Amino acid sequence: MGEKHNIIPVWFFVGVLFLAYGVLVLASGLSRWSADATSQNAQNDVLAHLHAPVWWGALLIVLGMVYCGAFRPGRKAN
Amino acid sequence: MTAILGMLAAREHLVRLSAVDLAIVIFYFALVLGIGFYLKRFAKTGEDFFLAGREMTAWVAGLAFVSANLGSLELLGWAGNAYQYGILAAHWYWIGAIPAMVLLGLVMMPFYYISKTHSVPGYLQLRYGPAASGLSAVTFAFMTILMSGVNMYAMALVMKVVLGWDINFSMWVSSLTVGVYVAAGGLFSAIFNEVLQFFLIWFGALLIPILGLYETGGWSGMVARIQQNFPGQDFTHMWGPMHSFSSNPMGIHWTGIVFGLAAVQSMGYWTTDFLVVQRVLSAKDIRSAKMAPIIGSFFKMAVPLIVILPGLLGLAVLPMHLVPNSPHLPPGQHSFDEVLPLMLVRYCGPGLLGLGITALVAGFMAGMAGNVSAFATVWTYDLYRPFIKKDATDKHYVSMGRWCTIIGLFVSIGTAYLAMRSESLMDWVQNLFGFFIAPLFGTVLLGMLWKRVTSAGGFLGLLSGTATSITLFFLMKSDPKWVAIFALSPEAKGLAQAMYQSLWSCTTCVVVTILVTLVTKPKPDQELRGLVYSLTDVAQEEHASLFHKPVFWGMLALVLLVILQIIFW
Repeated sequence: MGEKHNIIPVWFFVGVLFLAYGVLVLASGLSRWSADATSQNAQNDVLAHLHAPVWWGALLIVLGMVYCGAFRPGRKAN
Repeated sequence: MTAILGMLAAREHLVRLSAVDLAIVIFYFALVLGIGFYLKRFAKTGEDFFLAGREMTAWVAGLAFVSANLGSLELLGWAGNAYQYGILAAHWYWIGAIPAMVLLGLVMMPFYYISKTHSVPGYLQLRYGPAASGLSAVTFAFMTILMSGVNMYAMALVMKVVLGWDINFSMWVSSLTVGVYVAAGGLFSAIFNEVLQFFLIWFGALLIPILGLYETGGWSGMVARIQQNFPGQDFTHMWGPMHSFSSNPMGIHWTGIVFGLAAVQSMGYWTTDFLVVQRVLSAKDIRSAKMAPIIGSFFKMAVPLIVILPGLLGLAVLPMHLVPNSPHLPPGQHSFDEVLPLMLVRYCGPGLLGLGITALVAGFMAGMAGNVSAFATVWTYDLYRPFIKKDATDKHYVSMGRWCTIIGLFVSIGTAYLAMRSESLMDWVQNLFGFFIAPLFGTVLLGMLWKRVTSAGGFLGLLSGTATSITLFFLMKSDPKWVAIFALSPEAKGLAQAMYQSLWSCTTCVVVTILVTLVTKPKPDQELRGLVYSLTDVAQEEHASLFHKPVFWGMLALVLLVILQIIFW
């Protein structure tokens, strides 16, 4: 994509989105996990003990890094 | 649409966003605006602005193609339908989409692409002349902009109920954001946003089925819980309960699904609705244009995971029974269409909740961007250029497209405020769109496959098919006895009626087109080259390897479709 115009591939922006959201979701999950460890706050969401935000955030970060690296501006596409 | 209005009842909103959730929402707005301003420098010519320079890869065009149909109301509505009707709702994602996408890629796309048309009405102009094209363009432009406004209002209502956001705030902030980035980057911006939205929706919603199946102990555990909660009802089989109208909650017979949905309605939507076809026209070459809908078909096949399965899981795990949508729901009661937000709240804490909500907002904005970009193209190329100002410069038409985007958005906002005052307007607009799609499919397909079809035949067929659709709709609304006649059973519900309405309107269109064609004079062959099957050389990729042939992937999609039908029979 963007061969005529040399546009940054949309996949790079997808990577940026994943990376930013991964960091925010992971940070939120970790802070909640540590808060849970020190208190017995009631959780609204079912299955909160699985700490889904932590591993989902980590997955988003990995995907974001892959997309940003593979489609970074200036990299020659095959 | 009353579904959404039902949610207006004065009730406490479902979700309270934390700071991190808000940061996720705000980041999305900043990113799409930034992308819009970045892309503005590339949208200089008409081909850039209206067709994204015709340089999208098959993957980008394919994702945008399927994403244009993956709006927020679609997600909320079909998850609600899955709760109400069970897995029957998946027919609209499988047999009601995949064959049509494969047909578009393998049979119809070459004609759209080779003719170098900017739009579906543009193809009709080349094939049939200004009458059929004008009728199609006017109805499409009018309905697209009305739909955009109605969806805008409906989504603002969802935001009010789910988040407690002010309706005016939601409508103005989201529509002005869309206006800025589409007016700046044209179809480039719309497609970039649709691809972002596609990933956001998947990663915002995929945790619901994952955690839901974990909670229920897998598919069999979910089925057992549904049977326990709703004894005697079959929510998890697709074809078995359709041997009669009364044996399934949708009130539909398998003939309605096969002949109404699969053979007509879905074909009409996926192959002639310019909103989705425009995404494929942006492909960089004919092979990419053929592959794009086929790539989209594989993703479409997977969408029930994040739409239908959450609805089914809702039947299994939600402590309350959801009720039909109504404007007067008592406190504590929730309607079918609220099943997706309820499941989101059930499994997603801070952070993940923001991701899910942003996915809904993104879906809404991408849908609006799709509507206004398609409207701008059809207005500029199919109405303004042929009927108002024929010989202007390319720069002038791009400028017109930009103004159309802004004006279209303001008309949409006006429609949204009208819809706010009139519940019936929303219902009519929702139904009106279906009036034009089924007969249009008959007109376009006959025009592509049979060179004898005449201009008069095409126009009169389209007109009579549309008139049939409208007439049947009002007859069935006015008196249930017409439902028994045209939908074949008095037990046929709204969706089933729509299927048969499509079937009869397309049949009328085809019959009238053929009859008129037989008594009128056809166009000479030289005027039909590149437009009709028997007079067009379509590259068949004969020397390409198997994995590079669109026909291989198209057949694979159909085989997977059959396997899914057998699994969930």
